[in-house]
Amino acid sequence: MKELDNQRLVWIYTQMLRIREFEERVKGTFEEYPGVIRGHTHLADGAEASIVGSLATLRPSDQLMATYRCHGYPLALGTDPKAMMAEIYGRSTGLCGGYGGSMHLVDTERGFLGTSGIVGQGIPQATGAAYAAQIRKQDQVVLCFFGDGASKQGAFSESLNVASLWKLPIVYVMENNSYNVVTRVEQEDANAAAGEPLAMKAKAFSMPGVTVDGGDPIAVYEAVGAAVDRARSGAGPTLVESKVYRLSAHGNIIAPPGVPLHYPEHEAIEVFGAREEYEAALRGDPVPRFRARLISDGSLTVDAADQIAAHVREEMQVAVQFGIDSPYPEPEAALHNVYA
Amino acid sequence: MAEVQTTFVKAINAALARAMRADERVIVLGEDVAEGGPYTTTAGLAEEFGIERVINTPISEAAVCGAAIGAAQAGLRPVVEIMFIDFLTLALDQLVNQAAKAHFMSGGQLTVPLVVRTQGGAGSRSGAQHSQSLEAWLTHVPGLKVVMPSCAADAAGLLASAIADPNPVVFVENKSLYFRRELAPEDPAPVPLGRARTLRPGRDLTIVALSRLVGEALSAAEQLASDGIEAEVIDPRTLTPLDLDTIAESVRRTGRAVVAHEAVYTGGFGAEIAAQLQAAAFDFLKAPIQRVGAPFTPVPVSPPLEDAYRPGAAEIHRAARIAAHWDEPFAASPEPGAVTAP
Repeated sequence: MKELDNQRLVWIYTQMLRIREFEERVKGTFEEYPGVIRGHTHLADGAEASIVGSLATLRPSDQLMATYRCHGYPLALGTDPKAMMAEIYGRSTGLCGGYGGSMHLVDTERGFLGTSGIVGQGIPQATGAAYAAQIRKQDQVVLCFFGDGASKQGAFSESLNVASLWKLPIVYVMENNSYNVVTRVEQEDANAAAGEPLAMKAKAFSMPGVTVDGGDPIAVYEAVGAAVDRARSGAGPTLVESKVYRLSAHGNIIAPPGVPLHYPEHEAIEVFGAREEYEAALRGDPVPRFRARLISDGSLTVDAADQIAAHVREEMQVAVQFGIDSPYPEPEAALHNVYA
Repeated sequence: MAEVQTTFVKAINAALARAMRADERVIVLGEDVAEGGPYTTTAGLAEEFGIERVINTPISEAAVCGAAIGAAQAGLRPVVEIMFIDFLTLALDQLVNQAAKAHFMSGGQLTVPLVVRTQGGAGSRSGAQHSQSLEAWLTHVPGLKVVMPSCAADAAGLLASAIADPNPVVFVENKSLYFRRELAPEDPAPVPLGRARTLRPGRDLTIVALSRLVGEALSAAEQLASDGIEAEVIDPRTLTPLDLDTIAESVRRTGRAVVAHEAVYTGGFGAEIAAQLQAAAFDFLKAPIQRVGAPFTPVPVSPPLEDAYRPGAAEIHRAARIAAHWDEPFAASPEPGAVTAP
């Protein structure tokens, strides 16, 4: 694992901020352009440090798969935010031509093999990509992202067993945000109910399991980086539990056509009345927290940080405008890409 | 071309070996495949190609099917064996929500060159969870191709095409066909997906039969010939894509059709063929299209029950006579099914 130099730390911060700003603009679209987004969106605000800290460990030839909460990964990989926003708006200029939408971003050129909208069901595919990497012998590693809820799917257990048995070059990154939509993890997970970390599930599959503060990109970089090194060396997979707190509700509300959509309050408040829990999470928001850290240790000046923020705001405003100005696909396109 | 004595399983086995020799991206994975599997379809492959390409997996259909999809997306050409089609339920999310939609949802970026080999069919006293014919479920999913060979030669040729295809293909075999002695070309050519085969020409009636029922249809056609009815027998060979042109052309000539499969008749693929046929050949039809399938019940174990359950030449013959004599008085009959209720 390489030391993170100053330039790399600033890169991490910039990517975190790009993800936050992009998702703010997704959320903002519901008010600024009502009706432009009709389906589901799921935001990763609060998980930026975990996403970028993880991806900072990869080489360009590595691959990853993720969940329907997927805007952050391609942004950090260098995918054009204009194409991403257009995809979320269902436009023909979208990253996937308007066939995927918010939940199904794919950028094969950058190693992003896609997502599953069905909880946990991308895990076997990431495991298979790792198998392909193993027999190609080109030192590739696969990162597989999923949530705490996915770890109760059979596909999770089946896949981790296979990966450990075959010593596949894969790292399973479980982003534990403590909620399955509106059910708290203690209500649905035996380990959580017993007060134990979810990373202990790794023990059942004889692989290392570590828990890390997903709000700290350097801690994530170190934990995932060690697991990536281990995977690349042929020693097999690791389960990394990255504890994050999503700062938005699970997703936008679902409503019939004509009814404006919006993001409701976070479930902690809306369902559990736990306002203090949510406010504590806001105080620990990883993005300003990392900014303050970089400024206080001299890695970044206030001016430079403000410049980055201004640049990122501009970039994402351009992405929104590009999406709004882009045409919809022709109806006939619905029949394309069914078969290769 | 030189023909050799073979069986369906030997033809599958040889086709897998040929594909693996020709392309190192082809891998075979499934439960017990390195040991040959319960029907010996993969016997000897691990010895020739090594256990890195012939992979015994845990009993984890979702992970195995999903891993094969992931490996396919990452550039390999996996052939997964799901030991019984009845177990495909455990991998259906992977097939239906993942493999079938990856190319589409990614706007064409991803491809899934995957073959899922499985086998179904009743007749072995194996009970309701090891005997089903579930292919119709798969034909309902855009993005999947569905292949159902009826003989060793087609099995070899279709498997070669399925492995070469850039899409997910479900290759549905029938265990009753596995160990019959058959003649097949020594070096079988690939059979393109989506092309039906006419096995017997006939002017009076068209029988469209799937998988095991193809042989039964040929037997029924012999019997019909002695009744003075010349039946044309067509094997579609692939359900998706379906060669409707060949079937409709025949029915426009004969004016009568029987569609036969082993699957339960309700919601079976015969219903789809009948619906497409009536639209394509309505003005030529002289009788309602007759369907032959199993009755709407799980597959029973007890020999007399399973034998009664399983449709064959007798049911096809009966349905064909109804179609052939439709315009004669008193010819109408109840819905066809293998069992006639007492």
